[in-house]
Amino acid sequence: MDLRLSLAALLLFVSVTTQHAQAQEKASEKASEKAGASRSEIVVRGEYLARAGDCIACHTAPEGRLFAGGRAMPTPFGTLYTSNITPDRETGIGKWTAEDFYKTMHNGRFPDGGLIYPAMPFASYTKVTRADSDAIFAYLRSIPPVSQKNRPHDLRFPYDNRQLILGWRTLFFTEGEYKPNPDKSVEWNRGAYLVEGLGHCGMCHSPINALGGTSQSDAFKGGLIPMQNWYAPSLTSNREAGLGDWSIKDITDLLQTGVSMRGVVYGPMAEVVHNSLQYLSDEDTKAMAVYLKSISEPTPPPPPSSTLPTTEGSLLISLGKTVYDARCASCHGAQGEGKPPHWPPLANNQSIEMQSAVNPIRMVLNGGYPPGTKGNPMPYGMPPFAGLLSDNEVAAVVSYIRTAWGNRGTPVSGREANELRSAPLN
Amino acid sequence: MLARYWVPAAVAALHLTASNVAAAQDLNQAPDTMAARVEACTPCHGNKGEGTNDVYFPRLAGKPSGYLYNQLLAFRNGRRKYPPMNYLLEFLPDPYLQAMADYFAEQRPPLPPPGATDASQQTLQHGQSLVTRGDPVRQIPACGSCHGPALTGMEPGIPGLLGLRPNYISAQLGGWRYGTRTAKSPDCMQMVAARLTEEDVTAVAAYLATRPAPVNSAPAPKGTYVLPFACGSEPD
Repeated sequence: MDLRLSLAALLLFVSVTTQHAQAQEKASEKASEKAGASRSEIVVRGEYLARAGDCIACHTAPEGRLFAGGRAMPTPFGTLYTSNITPDRETGIGKWTAEDFYKTMHNGRFPDGGLIYPAMPFASYTKVTRADSDAIFAYLRSIPPVSQKNRPHDLRFPYDNRQLILGWRTLFFTEGEYKPNPDKSVEWNRGAYLVEGLGHCGMCHSPINALGGTSQSDAFKGGLIPMQNWYAPSLTSNREAGLGDWSIKDITDLLQTGVSMRGVVYGPMAEVVHNSLQYLSDEDTKAMAVYLKSISEPTPPPPPSSTLPTTEGSLLISLGKTVYDARCASCHGAQGEGKPPHWPPLANNQSIEMQSAVNPIRMVLNGGYPPGTKGNPMPYGMPPFAGLLSDNEVAAVVSYIRTAWGNRGTPVSGREANELRSAPLN
Repeated sequence: MLARYWVPAAVAALHLTASNVAAAQDLNQAPDTMAARVEACTPCHGNKGEGTNDVYFPRLAGKPSGYLYNQLLAFRNGRRKYPPMNYLLEFLPDPYLQAMADYFAEQRPPLPPPGATDASQQTLQHGQSLVTRGDPVRQIPACGSCHGPALTGMEPGIPGLLGLRPNYISAQLGGWRYGTRTAKSPDCMQMVAARLTEEDVTAVAAYLATRPAPVNSAPAPKGTYVLPFACGSEPD
């Protein structure tokens, strides 16, 4: 583009933005007067909803001030830095109106029209109602303002060109609030609203293609989380994390406390339970459970068998049993029955059997703690075995637990175990 | 009359049933102990926090609880960087980290016998001089002036220096020198380490590893001696 032309465009842009900001300033002053000094009902509700949306996970940096942003978000396209959403007038959203906030959540554009990178889950937040958006905004207006400038993103060419987001939006973004399904119960619709909207579960639990998008037909079908190398299982397949044959109580236990009789959350899901789900009311948690249980689909045909030659597989599995009996059986039981909820069962545990073996391999290598929650403040931890077991031993023991006791997983190779030794840990 | 006998009997029967149920549950449940809860720590730090063969993983047992708690917080918050630790602790609440610190602080497995050293006599003498006397010219206080004359530390925040391998000590002093390990301000350990040379670090680490265990390896009670300067890790 011609330099003069782009300069002219930039100047025009700046002047338009300034006028816009001044108009907003007046409106937001009115809004904050209305909000009042005490924690009104709407602020309390907004805090609850902000937790349901897990805003804190991204908009608060480690040891940073609440909602002041600056958290690095590594993506395949470079590193994004989250923004300051405190009511600071210069560096935060202090000049925004409730209308600006709703439009941003709903449409993925800043008040000045600028495009937001879809790491911000606006494709989910678009489903949030105006009333809920206003409540979250009222809450954000009530927290202490922090003067902290947003750090510019560090994206590689060509992803540093925000215009590319237009293409992404055309392919993957559908604007629109959640529309209740009249054939379903109020409870089911509440669960769907939370899971698909504020909960933005699909951000991880759907496969992400090379363009960083998810097509709607693939929603909740599971996928490897980019950069983190954890596998977010399908929420629709009972072979993965589909909850079709779970009781409602086991689902709500898992979501609220991080542990259940069927399994335990670790890794990125531990973050979600820790920062968000543990704070949800019993009613909302149950609504999510009802919805999640309902979206599981009939079990698909068994996954393709392992590429490992059979003899190699059986050698691995016999070594695996030796490792298991020595290292794992004292907690997980000789028959993989575990001592739930704290020492999860491995027999008939979908997260062990699913086609991707990434999570069980990582658990053996790195161990892990479920989150400390109100319902489970002192969780039990899985020891990391990276330093005690060779690649082959890791592969062997994972192959064993994936195939023993009627489990229908496939063996894994030492190479797969080796590759995950260098997976990022946090 | 009958009722009077009947009530205690019923209570006793109830009690019996309750304890039977509890016992039966115990078999199918993880034991309700800290030892079971911190098993995730043991592959690297030993069953009682005594350390393992891996020279880079420190002994935890018997260090002051306040020190251990500060380290757990620092790892959880990402201030002290070691990804396997940062990952394990990321979503654990403060009171639980305090309970973990208390647990390892209470453990008293014996200190290991001093290891053989291949350091020269000159290096060991230099190490001894820094540990016991410091270097006033370079404003380096003696290690013992904070970590105690017996080098067993002081409650609540100053760790003992015995039972640690030279590799661990030099790696940590290196971390302080280069600013990859930091503590609450005023960060006294960072100030001291910044004045040390490579040779100083090697000498201090080698000398410390040759020290035999004292009869009482417990940290000194809070306020036993006055620190040479203010230290954020050891609040007044």
